[in-house]
Amino acid sequence: MSTAHTHEHHEAPKGLGRWVFSTNHKDIGTLYLLFSLLMFIVGGAMAMVIRLELFQPGLQFVHPEFFNQMTTMHALVMIFGAVMPAFVGLANWMIPLMIGAPDMALPRMNNWSFWILPFAFAMLLSTLFMDGGGPAGGWTLYPPLSLQSGNSFAFVIFAIHLMGISSIMGAINVIATILNMRAPGMTLLRMPLFVWTWLITAFLLIAVMPVLAGAVTMLLTDRFFDTSFFNAAGGGDPVMFQHIFWFFGHPEVYIMILPAFGIVSEIIPAFARKPLFGYASMVYASASIAFLSFIVWAHHMFTVGMPLGGELFFMYATMVIAVPTGVKVFNWVSTMWRGAMTFETPMLFALGFVVLFTIGGFSGLMLAIVPADFQYHDTYFVVAHFHYVLVTGAVFAIMAGAYYWLPKWTGHMYNEKLGKFHFWWSAIWVNVLFFPQHYLGLAGMPRRIPDYSVQFADFNMISSIGGFAFGVGQLLFVYIVIKTIRGGEKAEARSWEGAKGLEWTVPSPAPHHTFDTPPELDDSQLAHGGGH
Amino acid sequence: MSHANGSYYVPHGTRWPIIGSVGLFTLVVGAANWMNGSSSGQWVTMAGAAIVLFMMFGWFGEVIRESESGMYSKQVDTSFRMGMIWFIFSEVMFFAAFFGALYYARSFIVPWLGGEGTGAMTNELLWQGYEPVWPTNGPANLGGDFKTIPAFELPLFNTLLLLTSGFTVTMAHWALKKMQRRALVAWLAATVILGFVFVYFQMEEYAHAYHELGLTLGSGIYGSTFFMLTGFHGLHVTLGAIMLLIIMIRCAKGHFTPQEHFGFEAVAWYWHFVDVVWLGLFLFVYVL
Repeated sequence: MSTAHTHEHHEAPKGLGRWVFSTNHKDIGTLYLLFSLLMFIVGGAMAMVIRLELFQPGLQFVHPEFFNQMTTMHALVMIFGAVMPAFVGLANWMIPLMIGAPDMALPRMNNWSFWILPFAFAMLLSTLFMDGGGPAGGWTLYPPLSLQSGNSFAFVIFAIHLMGISSIMGAINVIATILNMRAPGMTLLRMPLFVWTWLITAFLLIAVMPVLAGAVTMLLTDRFFDTSFFNAAGGGDPVMFQHIFWFFGHPEVYIMILPAFGIVSEIIPAFARKPLFGYASMVYASASIAFLSFIVWAHHMFTVGMPLGGELFFMYATMVIAVPTGVKVFNWVSTMWRGAMTFETPMLFALGFVVLFTIGGFSGLMLAIVPADFQYHDTYFVVAHFHYVLVTGAVFAIMAGAYYWLPKWTGHMYNEKLGKFHFWWSAIWVNVLFFPQHYLGLAGMPRRIPDYSVQFADFNMISSIGGFAFGVGQLLFVYIVIKTIRGGEKAEARSWEGAKGLEWTVPSPAPHHTFDTPPELDDSQLAHGGGH
Repeated sequence: MSHANGSYYVPHGTRWPIIGSVGLFTLVVGAANWMNGSSSGQWVTMAGAAIVLFMMFGWFGEVIRESESGMYSKQVDTSFRMGMIWFIFSEVMFFAAFFGALYYARSFIVPWLGGEGTGAMTNELLWQGYEPVWPTNGPANLGGDFKTIPAFELPLFNTLLLLTSGFTVTMAHWALKKMQRRALVAWLAATVILGFVFVYFQMEEYAHAYHELGLTLGSGIYGSTFFMLTGFHGLHVTLGAIMLLIIMIRCAKGHFTPQEHFGFEAVAWYWHFVDVVWLGLFLFVYVL
């Protein structure tokens, strides 16, 4: 295509400076993805500590205070360090390629968005070594408990501020890129669904990350500057923190799943060799989910003592989300209906996503029911629910995307046998890990405790065995990625027979600069829009 | 390091972001240590702030040079516009968190503490005799008795100052479009002066509140919402006024044309944004 004649002038710079000073969306995308993988390992190691301690009842290996730091840090690292940067990395790499843009709209700011993150996480992780240890009151930082932490408190708050700055700048860049940098003819309703879901995600990020910044700023001033936002004696209320936090927190969980929907919506059509069923309804469903995410936050706090009218409103609003989500699942299944399907690793992970994310969705519906939630609240049922949507949801989709686009990034095919083994190993053990936690929760085991009553012993041991096996399996993923970067079967420009979209029209690996001049759009190459 | 590339300008390599990251990191590590009582914290904080300032001068300077040498196409201009619009939207949401806290406190917390609805037993057992009226420093009378700032004295005058500055910046814009540079600089100077006078009066008001009215950051929920909302707003006015000042200097140096003056517009948008936030503050913090 149009890029072939220009890219030889622009070889990638050499040395460390290439990465530190980069304004190139592909290099910055790679940095995001590698950083995310590193944080996935760090956060995973913390999960291993948790499962080790919970392997048997009684206190075995770690001090309860350290256990609490592990649950808190595991969440912060996985959410802000692993899942979100992975999606931003995929956005950086793929959005310009998918819409025919030469780079992100604001390339210097793109560099800054990434390079804040290593500093933020150095600061966050360093708190584990401070007097009084790291944050131990849960990632939600509820006062008054979180205000009682040691020297780490201010560092954690500022680390969250830095992560927020990074996210907001990244989101601004994504929106400006999508709205301003599309190749002529790439109308909004011809964009790949991954681009659409990221456009909506970026809007959510800009809308709610500042609210989180406000919430943690109030915590900081309550702790250090005498304010009384969350202190009833001064006319404040700790519950108000929960409202402000979850006004951020609920859109945040969709920030971590909408791009996953986008990835799966790219992969299933490619391996079913059929266009996506109900493209427009997918776009509208994503937008509906984003809108609803702003009016359901209090379902995280049904037991806190809200007026009945509030409980009912938030219950029904939450249940309504099942409608657009159901539209999506229906469309994925319908896309496969009578398709000429093959089951390479990306497709396996995408299918695993559809099945297992749906299980997480159903347990979410159970939790939405107020009287039922009174039983489930703060139990392992909640832990099982959000790990189904985040691990077999978000993380499986990221894995699917990584396998799908690795050939484009590296120019090599990964080892299909190992990939398939990685999928089946993960899919089996992740269920051994999280499914028993549903039963533990229903039986009444509370979350965030290092020790438990003996009747929970069997399921906890099963869950821990699943956890160790799943954790070890992810090292295989690291091995596969490194091996693919270093060599392997040469990938073609169109690495998958049924793959559509502009990213497959450039060579593999994608040259350092692509689409210096906008490409001519050819309808038969596009995944959506005309030509079908 | 950089050259135009096809139709859209993509800079090749930049040193400013990593300098900015080091600066921000130094700033917050210093601030956190400062809050934890370390004596060196304030110096580290200031060093961090200095690095961030250096970064901003360098980064904006480079962008201005590129802009003045005509490297930016219409499409680059649109990217900048979108960046600024969405940045302002993020700022709106930041203030929304604090306005939300104010509304929540007034509509729910205070009545509940006073025994309304499900708060009956809370009031009976914990805060008996607490009268739920706004303004309040809570049932424990935190920070002691205080008086509030009357809305229709200095705050009203400040409102007029900011509204006038919104007018003068628009006059400056018209002057720019007609390429009357002297008028442009004069109107901008008026805007900057109005901005700084506003900040000065806000500081006067704070001193008055602290020394004579007994109203402090520690005056319960009223003091918290009052000072955090007006404080963050004052900070934004200060930043906006500095931004206007730099635009004024650029105008005096002959930057901008009637067709291309995004830098001017961005700062004007920002100025209108702090103006609108002030109207919300005047209404909900001072009047009501």
